[in-house]
Amino acid sequence: MKFLDDDALDHLRKVIDEPELSGTKYELVKPLGRGGMGSVYAVQDRELDREVALKVTTDTEISARLQQEARVLAKLEHPGIVPVHDFGTLPDGRSYYCMKLVRGERLDRWAERNDLRAALRLFQRICEAVAVAFAHAHGVVHRDLKPENVMVGEFGEALVMDWGIATDIGAPEKAVLGTPLYMAPEQARGEASDARTDVHGLGAILYFLLAARPPYSTIEAPPDPLPRSAPPALASICLKALARDPRERYATAVELAEDVARWLDAEPVSAHRESLLERVGRFASRHRVVLSLLGAYLILRLVLALVP
Amino acid sequence: MEALIAAYWKPVYKHVRLKWNKSRDDAQDLTQGFFALAIEKSFFDGYDPEKARFRTFVRLCLDRFVANEEESRRRLKRGGGIDPLPLDFEAAETELSHCSGSPEEAFDREWQRSLFTLAIEALRAQCAQDKRFLAFERYDLGDRETRPSYAELAAELDVPVTTITNHLAWARRELRRLVLEQLAAISADENDYRSEAQRLFGV
Repeated sequence: MKFLDDDALDHLRKVIDEPELSGTKYELVKPLGRGGMGSVYAVQDRELDREVALKVTTDTEISARLQQEARVLAKLEHPGIVPVHDFGTLPDGRSYYCMKLVRGERLDRWAERNDLRAALRLFQRICEAVAVAFAHAHGVVHRDLKPENVMVGEFGEALVMDWGIATDIGAPEKAVLGTPLYMAPEQARGEASDARTDVHGLGAILYFLLAARPPYSTIEAPPDPLPRSAPPALASICLKALARDPRERYATAVELAEDVARWLDAEPVSAHRESLLERVGRFASRHRVVLSLLGAYLILRLVLALVP
Repeated sequence: MEALIAAYWKPVYKHVRLKWNKSRDDAQDLTQGFFALAIEKSFFDGYDPEKARFRTFVRLCLDRFVANEEESRRRLKRGGGIDPLPLDFEAAETELSHCSGSPEEAFDREWQRSLFTLAIEALRAQCAQDKRFLAFERYDLGDRETRPSYAELAAELDVPVTTITNHLAWARRELRRLVLEQLAAISADENDYRSEAQRLFGV
């Protein structure tokens, strides 16, 4: 056989991965990304004349898992979760589901250009979406929360993506799935997941926002130390969410979000016992306006007292 | 093991030539020796999916094997009593000039090339005289500069243009299935297969 040169090899790698859309209402626009289960494409829905996203499986054997993801998404109705429009099989035998096309960028890239307070406000919305999935959709656990699976939309909204390994609470584990650098210890051991598994995932996202890297170098070890620039109270919140023993974590994503909200409002957080210096600093931060006015008043009094 | 050797022997040979700078004869001996020892000692059974991808594990085993051979200055063919594998080293040698990048990148690239080449061969065996394969061969395997348009190819094969679309769709679907079949045969486990499939497709 003729030698398969690099050019021909790349051409084949590209064309055999493209979904076969002949006979469907979709027309390929461009590939958007790849994940563990398959690829996501921007496609044009010719009937409704709009662009949507199509997630297509790598092969026909994981159709059931894609269908499971589509069903999970279909029952989660929240602004932080992408709505699913359709599920089906392409002419090439691969399964797909169609969802709203999210225009925006991944959290890890967005975080490079935004300050910590903006990132924390977005983080609260991520917690809310995860909490809604758990509380209102019969205990769905995402199990693969990481910055790469969160999109920040064009209006600054946070969208939790890739529910491919999401499961119902207490469902038996068939295999260890997830991303090792962000994975909860109980998940790595193949034990059943619950809400605290996602609290760990949220802690891993918070860690990334504070350190610009994943929490673990190896899954057996505790999280790598946070940078010294991380505010101590926020570091405590993060480490509580990442506790190896699930019982030592926040019980729910809501509790975690509430502690972050307290930090943003310069209130004491439940995860951190602050020093006197920290307490004074927080008091000063919280009453900055009053203290500034008081300082100006005292300086004025001093000046007036010195003027003969 | 047969599928594994078929997919890996060229990457292994070229890696020994490029990274270890071995002569043709030495590289052939080392390639034969590496697989003979792998069969004899079953050392691929020691793969731990938590430490690396299987493909990386094979390359590390190979590097350790060549280093050991160098150290002991033994260039004797290993695996006494085992016949050399029928590997076409001449073909591999002529392809060496196409290798670029670091030895590790070249190894990965050769691994991809091997998988696709084996799948194309399987597809050819399945339907060599079929117009579906002829359309695929002319369009997808030809040089980019001389690639015909669908209309030109339709005229050449004397079929409607829509048939070319269908032929190419069929051949690509089959090739995809065959590549995944090859990959499944040489993957250590389900996770290894999934992560390699993710890297194998799309450019």
